[in-house]
Amino acid sequence: MSWIRITNTENIPLREGRSVLVNGRDIAIFNLGDRFLAVENRCPHGGGPLAEGLVSGNTVVCPLHAWKVCLESGAVKKPQSDACLMTYPVETVGDIVCVDVPASARAA
Amino acid sequence: MERLIVVGNGMAGVACVEQILKHAPKFEITIFGDETHVNYNRILLSSVLAGEKEMDDITLNGLEWYQSNGILLRLGVRITAVDPVAKTVTGEDGSVTPYDKLLLATGSTAFIPPIPGVDKDGVFAFRNLDDTRNILERAREGAKVVVIGGGLLGLEAARGLQVQGCDVTVVHLMDTLMERQLDSAGGEYLKKQIEHLGVRVELSKSTTALLGNGHVEGVAFKDGASLPAEMVVVAAGIRPNVDLGRKAGLAINRGIVVNDYMETSDSSVFAVGECVEHNGIVYGLVAPLFEQGKVLAATITGNRGPVYLGSKQAAKLKIMGVDVFSAGDPNAADGAEIVKYEDPTLGIYKKLLVRDNKLAGVILVGDVNDSHRYMEWLRADTDISAMRRSLLFPEPTSDDGQDVAQIPDGETVCGCMGVTKGAIVQAIQSRGLNTLAQLKECTKASTGCGSCTTLCQHLLKAVAPNFEEEGKKVLCHCVPFSQESLREIVRSQRLKSVQDILSIYGNGVGCEICKPALSYMVDVVWCGDHEEDRSARFINDRVHANIQKDGTFSVVPRIRGGITSPAELRKIADVADKYNVPMVKITGSQRIDLLGVKKSDLPKIWADLGMPSGQAYTKGVRMVKTCVGTEFCRFGTQDAIGAGVELERRLENLFTPHKVKMGAVGCPRNCAEATVKDIGLVGQEGSWQVVVGGAAGKSVRKADLLITVETTEQALEAAGLFFQYYREHGNYLERTYDFVERIGIEKIRKETVYALDPAKKGLLDRLRKSKAISYDAWQEGVRPVNPTQFVQIEAIERPLERFSHEQFQGALV
Ligand code: SRM
Ligand SMILES: Cc1cc2nc3c(=O)[nH]c(=O)nc-3n(C[C@H](O)[C@H](O)[C@H](O)COP(=O)(O)OP(=O)(O)OC[C@H]3O[C@@H](n4cnc5c(N)ncnc54)[C@H](O)[C@@H]3O)c2cc1C
Ligand code: SF4
Ligand code: FES
Repeated sequence: MSWIRITNTENIPLREGRSVLVNGRDIAIFNLGDRFLAVENRCPHGGGPLAEGLVSGNTVVCPLHAWKVCLESGAVKKPQSDACLMTYPVETVGDIVCVDVPASARAA
Repeated sequence: MERLIVVGNGMAGVACVEQILKHAPKFEITIFGDETHVNYNRILLSSVLAGEKEMDDITLNGLEWYQSNGILLRLGVRITAVDPVAKTVTGEDGSVTPYDKLLLATGSTAFIPPIPGVDKDGVFAFRNLDDTRNILERAREGAKVVVIGGGLLGLEAARGLQVQGCDVTVVHLMDTLMERQLDSAGGEYLKKQIEHLGVRVELSKSTTALLGNGHVEGVAFKDGASLPAEMVVVAAGIRPNVDLGRKAGLAINRGIVVNDYMETSDSSVFAVGECVEHNGIVYGLVAPLFEQGKVLAATITGNRGPVYLGSKQAAKLKIMGVDVFSAGDPNAADGAEIVKYEDPTLGIYKKLLVRDNKLAGVILVGDVNDSHRYMEWLRADTDISAMRRSLLFPEPTSDDGQDVAQIPDGETVCGCMGVTKGAIVQAIQSRGLNTLAQLKECTKASTGCGSCTTLCQHLLKAVAPNFEEEGKKVLCHCVPFSQESLREIVRSQRLKSVQDILSIYGNGVGCEICKPALSYMVDVVWCGDHEEDRSARFINDRVHANIQKDGTFSVVPRIRGGITSPAELRKIADVADKYNVPMVKITGSQRIDLLGVKKSDLPKIWADLGMPSGQAYTKGVRMVKTCVGTEFCRFGTQDAIGAGVELERRLENLFTPHKVKMGAVGCPRNCAEATVKDIGLVGQEGSWQVVVGGAAGKSVRKADLLITVETTEQALEAAGLFFQYYREHGNYLERTYDFVERIGIEKIRKETVYALDPAKKGLLDRLRKSKAISYDAWQEGVRPVNPTQFVQIEAIERPLERFSHEQFQGALV
């Protein structure tokens, strides 16, 4: 477990996302109201910044060409695709959002 | 000719007269009504109260109808006595009128329980137009209102008042809402939905007194509690008006007793409607009353034969977003089998009572899609053994038309108006009907409570050769309503935020299609006075710049009419240098684009530029392209630059269903392409042509002429009228080139430039109001809606902290 303090919860408004670079990994963190979720900030379609996407339930819609990605599993929901993004566990401690970022080789 | 006198100008009486007229012009008819309005749809009073309909919209038979059928109408006259021997009726005005046949259709009166204080000012019944008018007059924002009675009427009144902005509590004597139609579980689901809308509900509350000195101030209950109230609406039931029947010497129980031919105990006196009791039952819904009317019409015209054998009753709550249907005997205790389904999250509750393989009763809350199917099983006493596996969820049909094809011709589609499928199909075919509006006018189907609308539409779709679906296309599956109905919902239900619309009328979640559309809708309906929710906006509208393929943004400052200055150009150049802007480009719309800007630099660039946003990223006012016009051009007939810059100034910062691009040219040579713009001003010798709906993008379309006017001010006003009309009636993402074709330029002219002054003034006032609230989006660089809108969370570059989850919890606290 490699938990990283990212930011204050209020910096990620309700149903919006924000991106952060952690040791070179671009991570998109979303505030769903009852919890925060995090995925790679790179749309499997063309690398779009998912953090800027519109949140729809537990999915995010890429701002570039509207691919839909599940924030819990990282799977692409629309269009049909096997592509899957890496997800990261998120916890809030007090009002700090923390993400568990593995230090594995996949990071780089 | 025989003289027929009808007492009561209400729904049942007049519907019966319509049936009588169908038989033959046999009578000289006089109708007395103590209300002052022509026959109207009482059912829709709830919609009037909720602001969904105007009072004028609910008229059923206008004065012309009475006149053209030779009916003498005596409005505002109450009949106080009947002399069954002399065969006369006496009016409150002293008039004595003789009859050969008398029809009593006196309906019922709201029951006001004998509670001390019910005579106080501010206490109302909810039965007729006058009540509704009086209630509406008092219904001001924030007024505390108590509705006594949690039945159909009480709940509809409560919701209506709450929509008017009142602070409403429903108090109900029983421990279940609508206990006559629902069981306690169904009542509980209903209660949750009603409370979710913001109406408070208190059950098992016995009202003991209405408090206050002259004017009502509160309501006291048996349990010692009390509630403040400046208005009280009593919806505690109805009592049949049998007084005249008694005076006429008729047999009376709860209502005027009639037999299967609708005859009373006096061969010259007849009765129909809520004042009637048939086989021990007094009906309080229109469908049975219309059935009675048909039978009575036959009897009274000497065609005695058809009989009335009672009706299966169905009740539907008419509150948008709260679906409740109940029919048959929903609380049958006598060993009926119960088939049930419930989903607490979705708020769906379905319960069927089955006896001897036949449906005995049904309760639906939260999903009433199948109500028609159940109603038919009830009506026809269908043996449902074969359907047992799909009682609660019909097997989906692959063929859309099949549902409709399965309905037998004799089956009633519109219960309120008693119109069968056969009659509808016949009308569609013989009169060539194509729209729901035509069908309504011709058959009256779907003009009652409206619950058969979908079915009527399916019938039209299946039968009509050129069926035109009216606004049926739904916005998206999250909020399955057409944009037109959604605008109506937003307005009438006073919804001001996207999330409210989604939670009350949708799936609570929303998606990339509906959220931006609803964001636009609340903005335009409330002229900018809505609750802005940036999370429901596309990224461009959060950061006021256009996102590019690499995640950077573009900056297009407003350069009105394409007119700039050396100083402005210098500023743009300096900014481009300072922020290493990778590309500076003259756009296709006479302005300058700085491309490839980092999100976090946006506020700084805007501040340095000191120019307003050109809104090149949003569904809103883009620009007005201009040509040099009379300023420099030897052919110029009008000042295109002056007009174009002023047009841009007047409309900039406003949002629209899709982008609006404009142009102003000094002569028909059209150098700035005004005739292929959403709105164009084309200069002529001594006049301007205002053209709309042009495009030269995905589609190429020459704009239509809206009007030709003499002065620039008139041209600007015409452009403003069209602009606001498009804002209010355009569907989200519908460019003017589609909008103008959908609505038709003739209709657009009639409703904008040729509209009556009040309508024009309305459009311009709303435009002005929106404009007054609007502001340059780039000001948000300094004051963002979300403080961290443009802040990039700092990158983290350090060895990762490693610890177990438990340690992690401990370490951070
Ligand atoms: C920058 C510009 C091209 C240029 O370099 O000149 C441009 C760029 C884009 N246009 Fe355009 N259009 C530009 C002038 C035009 C014009 C010419 C004009 O305005 O006179 C047209 C045809 C006229 C029209 O719209 O009627 C035009 C017709 C479109 C269309 C087709 C719209 C349609 O329904 O027909 C789209 C797609 C859309 O809006 O759905 C579009 C969409 C776009 C978008 C916003 C695509 C997008 O959503 O990202 C492009 C943004 C690029 C970027 O990354 O910033 N752009 N686009 C022009 C900016 C004008 C400005 O100053 O605001
Ligand atoms: C707010 C509201 C919502 C409703 N919603 C529904 C619904 O969704 N579905 C449904 O099926 N039903 C609904 N109803 C009930 C429906 O409106 C009635 O069943 C129907 O109107 C009864 O028709 P009627 O002609 O018997 O009585 P009314 O429509 O009441 O007509 C009787 C008329 O006679 C007049 N009158 C009475 N006595 C005299 C006299 N002595 N001299 C002269 N005139 C007299 C009365 O003023 C009245 O105008 C609703 C009712 C209300 C009030
Ligand atoms: S034409 Fe417009 S939308 Fe297409 S690539 Fe060029 S700028 Fe982009
Ligand atoms: S890059 Fe995300 S949808 Fe194309």
